[in-house]
Order: sequence, then C-alpha cells, then structure tokens
Amino acid sequence: MSGPSIYEPKTGFEKWLDTRLPIIRFGADLMDFPTPKNLNYWWTFGGILAVCLMVQIATGIVLAMHYVATTQGAFASVERIMRDVDYGWLIRNIHANGASMFFLAVYIHMFRGLYYGSYKAPREVIWILGVVIYLLMMATAFMGYVLPWGQMSFHGSAVITNLIGAIPLVGDTVKTYLMGGPAIGEATLNRFFSLHYLLPFVIAGIVVLHIWALHVPGNNNPTGVSVKDVKKDTLPFHPYYTVKDGFAILLFLLVFAYFVFFAPNALGHADNSIEANPLVTPAHIVPEWYLLPFYAILRAITFDIGPIEAKLLGVFAMFGSILILFVVPWLDTSKVRSMRYRPMAQQFFVLFVLAAVGLGFCGANDPDKLVFKWSDGLVVNYVDTNGAAKVSQKYAEYADATAFQASLPASAGASIAIQEDGFKWLWLSQILGAYYFLYFILILPVLGIVEKPKARPPSIADSVRGKKSGGSSASATPVGGAASVAAE
Amino acid sequence: MSEHGSKAATADTAHAGETRRDFIHIAAGVAAAGGVAMVAWPFVQQLGPAGDTKAASAAEVDLSKVPEGSEIRVGIGGLPFFVRHRTAAEIARAKADDTATMRDPATDESRLVKMADGSYNAAFLITSGACTHLGCVPVGPAQGSVGEFGGWYCPCHGSHYDTSGRIRKGPAPKNLAIPEYAYISPTMIKISL
Repeated sequence: MSGPSIYEPKTGFEKWLDTRLPIIRFGADLMDFPTPKNLNYWWTFGGILAVCLMVQIATGIVLAMHYVATTQGAFASVERIMRDVDYGWLIRNIHANGASMFFLAVYIHMFRGLYYGSYKAPREVIWILGVVIYLLMMATAFMGYVLPWGQMSFHGSAVITNLIGAIPLVGDTVKTYLMGGPAIGEATLNRFFSLHYLLPFVIAGIVVLHIWALHVPGNNNPTGVSVKDVKKDTLPFHPYYTVKDGFAILLFLLVFAYFVFFAPNALGHADNSIEANPLVTPAHIVPEWYLLPFYAILRAITFDIGPIEAKLLGVFAMFGSILILFVVPWLDTSKVRSMRYRPMAQQFFVLFVLAAVGLGFCGANDPDKLVFKWSDGLVVNYVDTNGAAKVSQKYAEYADATAFQASLPASAGASIAIQEDGFKWLWLSQILGAYYFLYFILILPVLGIVEKPKARPPSIADSVRGKKSGGSSASATPVGGAASVAAE
Repeated sequence: MSEHGSKAATADTAHAGETRRDFIHIAAGVAAAGGVAMVAWPFVQQLGPAGDTKAASAAEVDLSKVPEGSEIRVGIGGLPFFVRHRTAAEIARAKADDTATMRDPATDESRLVKMADGSYNAAFLITSGACTHLGCVPVGPAQGSVGEFGGWYCPCHGSHYDTSGRIRKGPAPKNLAIPEYAYISPTMIKISL
C-alpha cells in the first residue's frame, strides 16, 4: 500500500548515510505512510498500547534495579521501593497500574478489531500476531504479579500452575518444570523474575512484526472499505495521525494518572500486602481484573462430559476461550468487514461485549452467591432419629418455623436458619460463557451466510463526504443508517 | 502545512511570516519538553541512595577497643575507614615530619579533630581507607606492612603513607582523606559519610 518513497536526503551526511543505512528514509516513510482519512478514536489505541509497553519497560527496568528475587527478600525489597527508594512509590505505582492500563487498552483495541473486521483478509496475520502479543502479555502479567511475593502472588501462582498440571499426560511434568520444585518457591520466583524481564522484549519484537504486517495492506478503517485511491482516501500519518494519536494518548494518560496518584491500590487486592505464607490461603482468591473473564469460564464448568472431568474441562474451556481468537478470521464468513454495515452482527457484538464484561463480574464473585434473590424463608436444620442431618421445608413465617422446631424432640438439636434462593453467579457465568463460545463457533459463521448487509460507501472519500450509501441499496433505510452512525 | 499557515497570517506586518501555527508548534514543543523533564526527574532521582541507605551512612566507633600500635577498619555503607591507635613514637615521627617536603603538605594536627573539651587526641588518627591513587585499600600494621614511612602501604601501585596518613612516596596525589567525624565522648567517635 505504501507508495514509492518520497524522502530526499538533503545534507551531504544524509546522502552518505542513505546509501549505507537508509534509516532516515525508513523513519520518513513511516511518517508519510498513507493512512485512511476516516479513522476514528478507536484507532488510537494502537499508539496508546505502544506507549503502555514503553512505560512498562522503562519503569520495570528501574524496579529491577531495586528488587530482590528471593523468597526471603522479595516482599521486603518491594516495601523498600515503596518507602526508601527516591520516587520508588511513583515508579512502582506506575508499573502496577500500568499493567491494568495496558490490558484496558488492549481489550478496547481487540474489541475494535472485532467490530470493524480488522482481522479479515488481508489482515489475518496482523490479528494472529496480536493474539500472540496478548498471550505473552497475560504470561508476563501473571509472572509479574508473583514477584511482590504477597499472599495473592503466592496462592494465585499456585492456582495457575495447578491448572497447567491438570492437562493430561504432560501436565505434571510441565508443572514441575515450571515450578522447579515440589511447590512454588525460590526456584519459581527466580525463573519468573527472569522471564518477566525477558518477555516484554519478546512482546516488543512481535509488536515490530505486528506493525510490519500492518504496513503491507495498510490500516483497516471504520467503513471496512479498502483504499482505492491513495490520493483521495488517505492522509500521511504525520502530522494527521501523530497529532490525533498524541491527543488520545494524553487523555489516556489522564486516566492512568488518576489511578497512579489517587487510587493506586484500587485495582489490586489487600491480601497482597501480606507477605506470602505457604501454609495459609486467603479466603478470597481471585486473579487480577483483566484475567477474571477467563477465571469465570474456568469455574463455570462444574459438570463432567463423558469421561472428561469438570476440572480438565474447565481448563480446556479457559485456554480454548483465548485460543479460539486465533481462528476468528476463518470463523467469520461475512464478506463485509465493518459491522457498521452488518445490522445483525452489530447486535450480537454488543451482546458479546456485555458477555465478556459480565464474565469479568462473574469471575470476581463467589459462584455460589446470588446475582439476585427471588425468595427467602426460614428453614429448620435438625438431626432425625436415624442420626442424619435434615433440612425442613421452607417457611415464610417465623411462627411456622418455630412451631415445627417445637414439634421436634430436644435430641434433634433443631435450629432455624435463613435460606435465600436466587440466581447464582455460577449460572450467569455458564450462560455468558456459553454465549462467548457460541458467538465465535456458531454466530459468526452463520451470520455471514444469513445476514443481508447494508450498502457500503463506494470509497473512503465518499464516506467522508457524507455519502452513507452509494449505488443501489436494498436494505439501507434512513433509520438503519442513523443506527450505524450511533453505534460507532 | 504552510498553505494553512499563510491563511492564518495576520495583517501585522511586523510579524510577517509568523503564523499561529508556528506559535502552536513552539508551545506544544515546550510543553512536551517540560513534560519529558518532569518524567525524567524521578527516573534519575531513583538512582541515588535510598532513604535506608542514607540512614545507614554513619557509624559510632569505640576507640577503647583499638589496641595501641594497631588499627581497626570500619566499613560504612561499604566504604573503608581506618581508626589507628598510634604509639608515642609514631606520633613523634608524624610531628617531626610536619616540615618535610611533601606532595600534599599538611601538619599532623590539621589531620585531627578536636574533642569536646577543645583538645586534640593525638593517639587516634581516623582516615579514609581508600588510597587516593585509584581507591585500593592500603595495608597497615595489622597486615604486617606499613611502608617506608611507618603508616600504610598500598599494594596496588606502591604508594607509601606516613603515620599521619600523608602521601610520601608513590603515585597517589593526595593524603588519605579525613572523614567527617566528631568525638561524642572521649572514647567514642561518630563517622559520617
């Protein structure tokens, strides 16, 4: 998509260098890169993510200068960073909240790609590289969370490594190699520190490939219509998108700074301020918020299917929910990229976003607790004459419950308790989890066949000039057109 | 870009060619530079000694534990210091050399610190333990070598220090430095970095 290079070396040195290492030409061509002129603010998250990665690497390098990767010293060294190292509190808060900001941005970036069909031909490789980056981000974040060696660090990592242990045949071996011993300990901490330092640079490398792959077909755009005339449909990346991205980055940094300065612990867990104790697991063990939807899917599987046990099935579902993203380009059969022109897909997409966010809430809540209550009453717990524990029927009135209690012999040890019935978080996570998978394996493939897309503008230039539909349109109505604008 | 700029040019002939866009460029550049500087500040500051390191940068030394004719070595924040209990002969030799030709002339008394009562305790010489040449730690009476002038000898490049810690021979340019210290009692000193 990139046209011939328009860079012309001016000084003698630039001419000399251009024939030896054309690095200035490389940068100039990137800045001149023809970019669709209709990109909206959802497209600024790529630049925001680049900033996030740089912030994490810069602050991480600093933290590694002060951090001690031993089970005896890790927790104290983090406290020392917070209390004694000059501006250590600032740099650690940026790093810890930076992980959350990174994931916030990457989720918006991914939803944008899903909505506008940025994964479709010829951009499948960009998407796949993006999923690889996302996987590496999760691995990096998980290992980074272990390093402060708090209670959540320790027991969270125990849960995740045990997940891997559930994989049949190889699980136990992989788990042992991951931990380097019978349990999470010194060896685990050291290798996690090493890998936590390494992986961001691997991510940076794949980001280069991601951007390289992007610069072959060029950016997708909100209409999904390919660039037809570079002169009419595009603008040079600089200054048009450097300024637009820069403005979005500033707004994003405002949110970032709010968390760093005013709510640095809002996204963390209080339990992680207690040093790791291998003998006591915290009462509530949950991962960081950005992993909660997958945690919910893991816990949603409480049933066996044939010979496969629920535990293993849950692990498969959890990994499957991420790995399925790799094949999205081939699951979506629609010829139309942007959901702006796909009235049915739009609605299913909104439900998908709600399901993904809802799964996050499911992951944060106890699966046996109630989302909402539809009835409550009193029950009598007692021991019958055979010595078996029994629960009475539910009574609406206290008098009825006490009457039943009085009817029992004293040896029954009867006691009255409140019983609430309602919609469990477990059930919600099962419904939303089912929708998550159905969206990819059923809805996307079928929609492409049954959906009648609206007319698309003939070109990006036409869409910018306000011609919403070009040529003959069978389904585009004024109402539908307005809806697609609102959904943007 | 310039075609937009020329439209924005004002009628003010004194500023012909300068546009609002130029102003925005400069203002944005200055704001960005200020932002970078403010971000850089904590990243540079964190390289300095941390609060606990600074707090550990002083130590009290009990002089009564130092045997006469020998020395003890004190590490403060990883830096070596010599606390030497000089014999009468060593003190006399140091004072006798006050007028000798030296690379870094100093009297023995100028290398001591007054006690609370205003007098000098010539028996105790407190110096830095780093050779002024390239920072090796010279050997002294406890290591069995005091050099040609009875003080210290640096094994790295052969600098000889006298019993007042003054450089007398070899490549070192300066006398052994006198650290910041004070007598908090006649037998107790506090050395600070």
